[in-house]
Amino acid sequence: MKKTIITVVGKDRVGIIANICTYLANNRVNILDITQTIVQGYFNMMMIVDSNESPKNFEQLATELEQIGEEIGVIIKTQHEDIFNKMHRL
Amino acid sequence: MININEVYETNKMIEQENLDVRTITLGISLLDCADNNLDELNRKIYDKITTVAKNLVATGKSIEREYGIPIVNKRISVTPIALIGASACKCPEDYVKIAETLDRAAKTVGVNFIGGYSALVSKGMTQSDENLIRSIPKALAITERVCSSVNVGSTKTGINMDAVKLLGEIILETAEKTKERDSLGCAKLVVFCNAPDDNPFMAGAFHGVTEADAVINVGVSGPGVVKTALQEIHGADFETLCETIKKTAFKITRVGQLVAKEASKKMNIPFGIIDLSLAPTPAVGDSIAEIFEEMGLEYAGAPGTTAALALLNDQVKKGGVMASSYVGGLSGAFIPVSEDQGMINAVSAGALTLEKLEAMTCVCSVGLDMIAIPGDTKASTISGIIADEMAIGMVNQKTTAARLIPVIGKKVGDRAEFGGLLGYAPIMPVNQFSCDAFINRGGRIPAPIHSFKN
Repeated sequence: MKKTIITVVGKDRVGIIANICTYLANNRVNILDITQTIVQGYFNMMMIVDSNESPKNFEQLATELEQIGEEIGVIIKTQHEDIFNKMHRL
Repeated sequence: MININEVYETNKMIEQENLDVRTITLGISLLDCADNNLDELNRKIYDKITTVAKNLVATGKSIEREYGIPIVNKRISVTPIALIGASACKCPEDYVKIAETLDRAAKTVGVNFIGGYSALVSKGMTQSDENLIRSIPKALAITERVCSSVNVGSTKTGINMDAVKLLGEIILETAEKTKERDSLGCAKLVVFCNAPDDNPFMAGAFHGVTEADAVINVGVSGPGVVKTALQEIHGADFETLCETIKKTAFKITRVGQLVAKEASKKMNIPFGIIDLSLAPTPAVGDSIAEIFEEMGLEYAGAPGTTAALALLNDQVKKGGVMASSYVGGLSGAFIPVSEDQGMINAVSAGALTLEKLEAMTCVCSVGLDMIAIPGDTKASTISGIIADEMAIGMVNQKTTAARLIPVIGKKVGDRAEFGGLLGYAPIMPVNQFSCDAFINRGGRIPAPIHSFKN
């Protein structure tokens, strides 16, 4: 199973997680893990998700998440987990 | 499981420190295109390149998207054209037609450079090799994306001084033919000693005859990442310095390995090598010279620079070899002048001279790269500089190269503008004493004693 990492960075406000989670649920993307911190007023979140059941492909999900990010004023980045595994794990 | 700090570190490298995959270069053998009819040959070359490489750019873009890592260039290297055109090309003009075909094929598949307009003449030149070399000025003037290289020496064969002499003249002629664009043609011409068969970096890339029909080679980069890592251990001793470079090089190379494997899988073309070079760009923070400054040198070129470059080059290799199953190409730190803002600053400040750069090339991965010199420099002087650089490669059993740009109409103190990744360069002074009689001798310099290992 290839997992996907979604990162969200931006100014903290109400409803960031709600917005993203609603989108993911509607598109049958399963959230495996969420880590979130606030650094100097900035919202930092990482989600590990499984999108294998989603009717949408990676490109569509990544593009639509980017659009949601623009609407709510945060930067949302979607990447396959392998880039992190390769860099940080032997 | 991956944690947020690791994700943050990787994305910071990409977003703030210019980590990127510099190039995916698809090597394509044109040996099966050889034909004694020039039109037929051109048709076969065009068809083969546009067929094998048709998905290259799209594949690169989809990998960029999936992993969130920029892949700056998608490029093609082909078998040295002097071999392919030997039977069909009777004169330099015939070769120019092949250059036009390569340019057209590159535009069709959407790559920004195609390398391999090359001849391998380290021991001697065939008539075909000489025709190709003589066609270079026109070929580079009328094409946009074709890159040329000539291998004039090796540790095993010595240095072909006839070719060195000829190339001094060819470089000047190329400069003259592209003088409206600050002699840009010369930025697409590299003279090599010990040229590797699998180098993915332009302008010197070609697909060697020892290679498979098609192969994916990837060049990684990331001087900015190394510099930032060194800032975090500011002032530490050499052991810590070296460890830090090594670990950073490992991380950078792993990304390259991932991209290479993915590209290979998606295109169903075998993976060749990772070239783990630190390749600077004119962007601030993407500079080898800034790494030297962080190490404690006021400017690149200050005393200590050769030692700093030696350790940098060595640690990059040590970190990189464990990260990839196959390492090849040039692999090390590049020190081009025009493509590195820190190097440009060092030249402008008077800290970095041609002679110091020559010393640095003994320990770097390539050689005298993207160096703008006065347009009135004599052909024999250019040949002399090339001969010096080739001798360093020959004796040290390493690749060396010269990419010199005599900028027609400009003199020391002026500036040449090449634009884009090629950047701009201050014109550097050249030693004015003559080497005419030396260059005019003709013949070749024998291989050094330590090449006899059989």
